[in-house]
Amino acid sequence: MTTPDISAPRRGFRLPYTLRLEQRTKVSGWLPIVTSIGAVIVALIIGAIILWAAGGNPIRSYRHIVQAAFGNVGVFNDTLVKASPLIFTGLACAIAFRMRLWNIGAEGQLYLGAWGASAIVLLPILPETTPGWIMIPAMMLAGFTAGALWGLIPGYLKAKLNVNEIITTLMLNYIAVSWNNYWIFSHWSESGFQMSPTFSKNAWLPRLADFAKQVPFFSGLTLHLGIVFALAAVVIVWLILYRSRWGYEIRLIGDNPNAAKYAGIRIVRTTVLVMMLSGGLAGLAGMTEISGVVHRFQEQISADFGFTGIIIAWLAKLNPFAVVLVSILFGGLILAGREIQPAGIPLMLQGIILFSIISSEMLVRYRVTIRRQEA
Amino acid sequence: MADTTPAVEMKGITRAFPGVLANDNVDFDLQTGEIHALLGENGAGKSTLMNILTGLYRPDQGEIRVRGERVHFNSPKDAIRVGIGMVHQHFMLVPSHTVTENILLGLEHPRFFMRLPEFDKEIMGLEQRFGLKVDPRAKIWQLSVGEQQRVEILKMLYRGADILIMDEPTAVLAPVEIGDLVKTLRAMVGEGKSVVFISHKLHEVMEVADRVTVLRRGKVTAAGVPTADMTQAELARLMVGRTVLFSLDKKPQPPGDVVLEVEDIHADNNRQLPALRGVSLTVRAGEIVGLAAVAGNGQSELAEVITGLRASTQGRVLVDGEEVNNRSTRVAIEAGVAHIPEDRNHVGTSPNLSVTENLIMKSYRHPPVARGWALSYVAARDRAQTLKQEYDIMVPDVRMPVRLLSGGNVQRTILAREISEQPNLMIAVQPTRGLDVGAIEGVRRLLLEQRENGAAILLISEELEELISLSDRIYVLYEGEVMGEVLDGDIDAIGQMMTGTRQEDLTTREGS
Repeated sequence: MTTPDISAPRRGFRLPYTLRLEQRTKVSGWLPIVTSIGAVIVALIIGAIILWAAGGNPIRSYRHIVQAAFGNVGVFNDTLVKASPLIFTGLACAIAFRMRLWNIGAEGQLYLGAWGASAIVLLPILPETTPGWIMIPAMMLAGFTAGALWGLIPGYLKAKLNVNEIITTLMLNYIAVSWNNYWIFSHWSESGFQMSPTFSKNAWLPRLADFAKQVPFFSGLTLHLGIVFALAAVVIVWLILYRSRWGYEIRLIGDNPNAAKYAGIRIVRTTVLVMMLSGGLAGLAGMTEISGVVHRFQEQISADFGFTGIIIAWLAKLNPFAVVLVSILFGGLILAGREIQPAGIPLMLQGIILFSIISSEMLVRYRVTIRRQEA
Repeated sequence: MADTTPAVEMKGITRAFPGVLANDNVDFDLQTGEIHALLGENGAGKSTLMNILTGLYRPDQGEIRVRGERVHFNSPKDAIRVGIGMVHQHFMLVPSHTVTENILLGLEHPRFFMRLPEFDKEIMGLEQRFGLKVDPRAKIWQLSVGEQQRVEILKMLYRGADILIMDEPTAVLAPVEIGDLVKTLRAMVGEGKSVVFISHKLHEVMEVADRVTVLRRGKVTAAGVPTADMTQAELARLMVGRTVLFSLDKKPQPPGDVVLEVEDIHADNNRQLPALRGVSLTVRAGEIVGLAAVAGNGQSELAEVITGLRASTQGRVLVDGEEVNNRSTRVAIEAGVAHIPEDRNHVGTSPNLSVTENLIMKSYRHPPVARGWALSYVAARDRAQTLKQEYDIMVPDVRMPVRLLSGGNVQRTILAREISEQPNLMIAVQPTRGLDVGAIEGVRRLLLEQRENGAAILLISEELEELISLSDRIYVLYEGEVMGEVLDGDIDAIGQMMTGTRQEDLTTREGS
């Protein structure tokens, strides 16, 4: 069917042409890819214009960003370190969004995941001398569970009482930060500072630098095992979504809840479980940051990884493998933001890229025709 | 305004949508000062025609004249400018705003300061003129549905509409409110306004309208005939078609055991009003039982109760002796109930998933498609390929999303899925609506095949000819109650019961 005109003519002021959108009946395979690439190019051009208007040299700035993020092994290592939590939060958002559950609480779930993992060491649940091969899985389990519980609350409220999950997940973010602060300051503070004592080595995720003796090339590289877990999570989420019965149910509910109900799918149960999985994945981002990067429980463990995950999921069009690529790109942009001045430029680019890609979605679904207005 | 010039004249209107010709060379005229009913089944093209008149759609062909002058509408604003306003079935009001605020919404005056009391007074005047009682200062959410409808009418009158289109205005109203509405409409035509009254309720049309135009499958079957010259039965026939029976190869066969037993079922509709008031019926193995009713008399709700999509408030539904109502859709599916839903695109299929994924909606929980926690996409694709061949689903690749299929192919996809499950009981709701002749033929043949295979089939349709030619027995439903049961396909009896006459009263009337 046709959509109404987007530019309804007004009395006294009429454009001689109207834009009309008509839904495409066929979408060829290459169209979404071409529009996405086109959107990124348009975004870079818009960014360049802004840079130029602000008195900068766009080409030099872009070159600088690329060098700061991907220029050599050292910075690329740092980019990947930033990318690992983003992969987790991107996946967390992607699986929830696939079911049209707008979980914007990955940030809070990440904080809870960090808390859960730290509790193993600091509460302590396991003694300090526990070997790493028990300690690390226990921390992962605790991180996942804590994040999952933080997802369970809005999931249950949504499924049973139809409470808007956007509001609940957003609000729980603030509670999560306060919850962590409470534990940092009242129980686990190291002599009054806003951080816990450093964990013992058995609670650290192995890093490339740890193997510098065997492979000299690795010396100084801080990339930790978290990235391997993140990539494993990508494969698992992909298997769930595209190869499992449960994933089929998720996609069916996401596309048409009425049809899902008609097919006898338990929507309430699936909603709760997907929110838990989503929260758990975000929780793992918190765990790997604690165990792989800072090695202690502290304030500000996240550079908005949870919120960036929302953007990543959208840019990846909810595809788990695309989440990896977009996360690396965004890891690079975060890094470049620290390297170049003013730091706002990469953030602005993120925004423009997101805007362009989401806008370009329209071109995939609709054909735009211009037609002459009849008198 | 000269009386001879019609208020609206539509000539040769044709409008096609992908797969359907919604309006096929339709002529329609509305005289000044009359109530003109537009009658037809769902999908007959009434709404399309009126959406063209209000500028929402453009006609592919044909011309529109308003008071003798040719017009071209680009948007509803153009239509309202020449005085054409439509009151939609679903109201477009802001619940937290007052009546006056809603009426003023989108207008150029008042510009900045609302000066509400002034406008309240103006609207009160309008209300008194047309007998539309509603407090201008009340908020919309505080009003009953009938009052909200009055606000919609006031909105149009305030904008100076003198050609008012009412889209099934009585569907949402209580009987008392219907009386008030009719008075208002009469007051309006008394002042020289003209009204188009869209409906599929025959008795209302007879009561309210001066003339009637009947549409059937996009074509005019009666053009502006005075209602005084018509009977309800004649209108019914024009609306649902001539009683030419298709020669379908229906073999006589004795029915088997009772498969579906509906006992005194009560249920509410989506607006929490009673839709079913004590329906009882049975369907046996190897028979097609028809359910005839004018749209909105509870047939959709009955299908939903049986298939587990809607809760019942009283009574029970037994399938092969097992109680299935108020449990879950899954219980009904596992009990062998297949369901061809009324709404193919919003219930029956998932538009963005592939044909394969749509074909396994009912079978993915069992091997071979299910393999433990995983889905075997190889098995799923095999199944899809087989069903595609067997049911003649026209699609180049089963990986294509269902939204790209034509209506007939979507329906074939649903039928393939439901029939391949070898159901004990099949609930088919409007299975041929909106399909072309070839597709209709195919669907009917499949239903008869199922009957021969010993399935019990409950066929819900508004097409009387289809019901009569396919069914072994026909129940007639009116306002949520069974009016009677017809064994011989007596179309006059069905027609009368569809409009609310009980079977008992029917025989006495014929006897006298």
